[in-house]
Amino acid sequence: MAFFEVRDIVKYFGGLAAVNRVSFEVQEGQIYGLIGPNGSGKTTIFNLINGYFHLNKGQIWFQGEKISGLKTHQICQRGIGRTFQVVKPLKRMTVLDNVIASAFLRHHSRAEAQAWAEATIHFCGLTHFKDKVAKSLPIASRKRLEIARSLATRPKLILLDETAAGLNPHELEEAIALIKKIRDSGITVIIVEHIMKVIMSISDRIVAINHGMVITEGTPTEVASNPEVIKAYFGEDYRA
Amino acid sequence: MKRPSGPLLLLVFLLIFPLIFREGYYQHLMILVLMWVAIGSGWNLISGYTGQVLFGAAAFFGVGAYTAALLSSKLELSAWWGLPLGGLLSVAIAFPFGWICFRLRGPYFALATLALNEIFRHIATIWESLTDGMIGILVMQTFISKVPYYYVALATAILSIVGVDYVIRSRWGYYFVSIREDQDAAESMGIDTLYYKMVSLCLSAFLIGITGALYTNYMGFIDPKVVFSLHDISIMAILVGIVGGVGTIYGPTVGAFIMVAVQEIFRTGGFGLLNAIGKATGWPFMTTVTKYISEAHVLSFGLLVIVVILFLPNGIVGDWGIIKKIFVRSKKPAV
Ligand SMILES: Nc1ncnc2c1ncn2[C@@H]1O[C@H](COP(=O)(O)OP(=O)(O)O)[C@@H](O)[C@H]1O
Ligand SMILES: [Mg+2]
Repeated sequence: MAFFEVRDIVKYFGGLAAVNRVSFEVQEGQIYGLIGPNGSGKTTIFNLINGYFHLNKGQIWFQGEKISGLKTHQICQRGIGRTFQVVKPLKRMTVLDNVIASAFLRHHSRAEAQAWAEATIHFCGLTHFKDKVAKSLPIASRKRLEIARSLATRPKLILLDETAAGLNPHELEEAIALIKKIRDSGITVIIVEHIMKVIMSISDRIVAINHGMVITEGTPTEVASNPEVIKAYFGEDYRA
Repeated sequence: MKRPSGPLLLLVFLLIFPLIFREGYYQHLMILVLMWVAIGSGWNLISGYTGQVLFGAAAFFGVGAYTAALLSSKLELSAWWGLPLGGLLSVAIAFPFGWICFRLRGPYFALATLALNEIFRHIATIWESLTDGMIGILVMQTFISKVPYYYVALATAILSIVGVDYVIRSRWGYYFVSIREDQDAAESMGIDTLYYKMVSLCLSAFLIGITGALYTNYMGFIDPKVVFSLHDISIMAILVGIVGGVGTIYGPTVGAFIMVAVQEIFRTGGFGLLNAIGKATGWPFMTTVTKYISEAHVLSFGLLVIVVILFLPNGIVGDWGIIKKIFVRSKKPAV
């Protein structure tokens, strides 16, 4: 049995199937890429895994347990963390307090929660901003705060939704380094990324979707050479 | 040596207050202030810290008040038992109420608490065999002097401030504020938002319920119009909460002092000033003006809310920096 598995999931918004019979498996320790053009259903898949939306069909399994149907906070307690593409900082709290609030999930005493939060903030390179109010952070740091808050819940699997979007080349390098560091610390990663360079260079395997359906699945080289993927990303002309 | 802090000085002042001010009138006003500190702190926990606006604080205040009164009138027990029991009964109502209403987001909770307020007022009015309806319930007061009530009120106020402060620094407090800041983020951080909103509401209901029971003991008389009053209790609670500063520990204290003063100024027509002007100048219309002004306090409460929201959105405690700046600037003009 796979570490994490999505089985035939379907999600309708009105008449439109935003996610249509998507299946994939992720092995423990992998960085797994999820790619597709804008509006193809990537964030919706995260929202389904996370329990924010209810599935219309299908199942989601994690570590041998069926997690579809659980509430969002229960899924987090099972060990799946996530970040939001549109960041959701706890605006009027400091960076440290944001992360302490998360750390309380596994550390019930204030002192332990704070120690773990500080370690997580350091891991994410946010120590400099520790005492800043979250709403005052620049965008690159807000994205890091999303990651820090998620890591503070001690996930076994983390879902990263476009954490590299809107970053400059230097910040991008740092973001890639951080994602690798997360994987090296023993956390499995599913990453949604628009920037092909990022996803191709760090993913162990990739699933490509379009219009809510899987086009292909495989290693980065396999996926990159798939004509359907090229078509979806670069249009018909590119192939000629 | 460390400079004594503001709250500590205030505490010392409040501890010796009845020894300095022996007149019943001032003691009465301060008892009201202290009760409002407790109610305001309760309101602040669910609304200021957890972000769920409680529009019907009087529901819990009245339940506490009636618990105390009924213990005395029906069971011939001491109305003082109403403090713990009234607090617990308020919790017993808040729990299922929260369980139902917190599933909905947006203004539903606020509106539902308004409805709860009105439902209890009507029950207390209609169920005459139990409550004597509009006639109200008379309770024998334990003390003639106001001083014992003063110290019970002070203890309740201190309990509420220390209690809220303790909760807010704990895991619960972090969860409450996270829910206020972003409920989706909180859920994805593993926080059971429904459960923790209920916890917050129950703590609030407890503090407000206790204070209701204290009110019965102190005043010796309650009726549905007074203890389930929408403007004198529910809206006043919101004002106490926001004037001093939403989501600050000492906001409700500052708010309570200001709002009890404002209420008293309106009730007495500027401490009789308007009447005096009327008499001194011989203008008969001053009496009419006085009457309208005392009756217009609900309206002026509304105006006050608008002024506070426009100019001090974080209240006096929350916007202390802004207020200080205004004064500093006016003292030494920019060069
Ligand atoms: N809450 C929602 N209600 C209705 N439609 C939605 C909602 N969320 C996403 N969609 C639609 O589902 C489709 C997939 O969106 P999304 O998952 O955000 O795409 P991606 O993340 O791949 O850019 C889009 O057509 C979008 O408009
Ligand atoms: Mg998206």
